[in-house]
Amino acid sequence: MASQSSSQTIGPFFHGALIRGKEHILISDQSEGERILIQGQLFDGDGHPVPDGMIEIWQADGRGFFNHPADPHRSQADPHFRGFGRAETTDGFTFYTIRPGIIPGHVVPFINVRIFARGMLIHAVTRIYFDDEKENENDPVLRLVPPHRRHTLLAVGEDGGRWPTFRFNIYLQGPRETVFFL
Amino acid sequence: MKNPQLVNGLDWQVHPPFLHPPYTSTVKRAPQEPLIALPQSLAELTGPVFGEGDLEPLDNDLTRNGVVNGEPIGERIIVTGRVIDESGRPVPGALLEVWQANACGRYRHHKDQHDAPLDPNFTGTGRIITDQHGFYRLTTIRPGAYPWRNHENAWRPPHIHFSLFGRHFLQRLVTQMYFPGDPLLPLDPIFNGIPDENGRARLISHYAHDVTEPEWALGYRFDIVVCGPRETPFENKGE
Ligand SMILES: [Fe+2]
Repeated sequence: MASQSSSQTIGPFFHGALIRGKEHILISDQSEGERILIQGQLFDGDGHPVPDGMIEIWQADGRGFFNHPADPHRSQADPHFRGFGRAETTDGFTFYTIRPGIIPGHVVPFINVRIFARGMLIHAVTRIYFDDEKENENDPVLRLVPPHRRHTLLAVGEDGGRWPTFRFNIYLQGPRETVFFL
Repeated sequence: MKNPQLVNGLDWQVHPPFLHPPYTSTVKRAPQEPLIALPQSLAELTGPVFGEGDLEPLDNDLTRNGVVNGEPIGERIIVTGRVIDESGRPVPGALLEVWQANACGRYRHHKDQHDAPLDPNFTGTGRIITDQHGFYRLTTIRPGAYPWRNHENAWRPPHIHFSLFGRHFLQRLVTQMYFPGDPLLPLDPIFNGIPDENGRARLISHYAHDVTEPEWALGYRFDIVVCGPRETPFENKGE
């Protein structure tokens, strides 16, 4: 049994290698489902924006399927939607994506999130839920979170804009610290 | 239909903590609330699938992929190894993305102000996908050490940054490869953020004479281990 290789910080100079294309745009013209924008900013413990971080998201397609061999419904997954996005945080981050469908066996849609930055020796893991979902209170993962901290996992719908827009700020530390998962 | 198998998740015996005060930037960026254990569902046991379509022909050769008007300056090296999981099984199809400073210790990045020359023929970035046995191999220039402002007279030991996507998102890893015998390693707060001596040793590549090519380049071996299957089978609660 081998031990895992240790994580190290992404550092400040990752952009040339990791932010090459337009991976913050998860959709093409052919992708199926409701187009949404997710906008946010990464903040440190002093409440200052973190300009040199990277956010990655991973999500199901518009019907709740993953384009991945472990998904028993992969054959039904949208071939025009990979489900992976990443963005750097110089001026906050914006993802153009599809509102995910509900994964079979789950009760509400969500997006998995990973946060990397200089000053983080290992990435942090969180989730985006949507504040307009009626069944959030029945989600088994949200129920693991102390009630007064659940709001940190909710992307909040905003008015205006061509597409439905949700704001999801991430606080690494401080009174509004986002819930992170093991 | 095969259900996804549960995996071990991150092993905190070998991963650095969020807060490691000798690395001063961790102080304001380390989460302080307890982490909540996330049950492994399909959303954790899947991840982006990458293929040859995500690569360009020279992506695995940093001595050639940035050439403008000549060869990059510095000591040519070959870095090769395997990506395996904790059970020793190879991880084929893993996407590795690498970035590094040039031979003088300077990154091609607008925020790198280190007073050392840029190399017009070296971008310092590359990517590769592991083969069916988990092997990868890339050619590059040995990176230089560079100063940083963490503390008085702070220097990062020469390193190559590695980003890895495995079979699923729980195998996601960003790390750094170091070089054997480096006197800066004991002084580096990032390297020493790893709590376990064996863990630190695992990030140091090995000189490999069998990889070294005569009249051409020295070889280094660097294996990467990601989380592997848990013994208990996946319980599907039905749909
Ligand atoms: Fe670096």
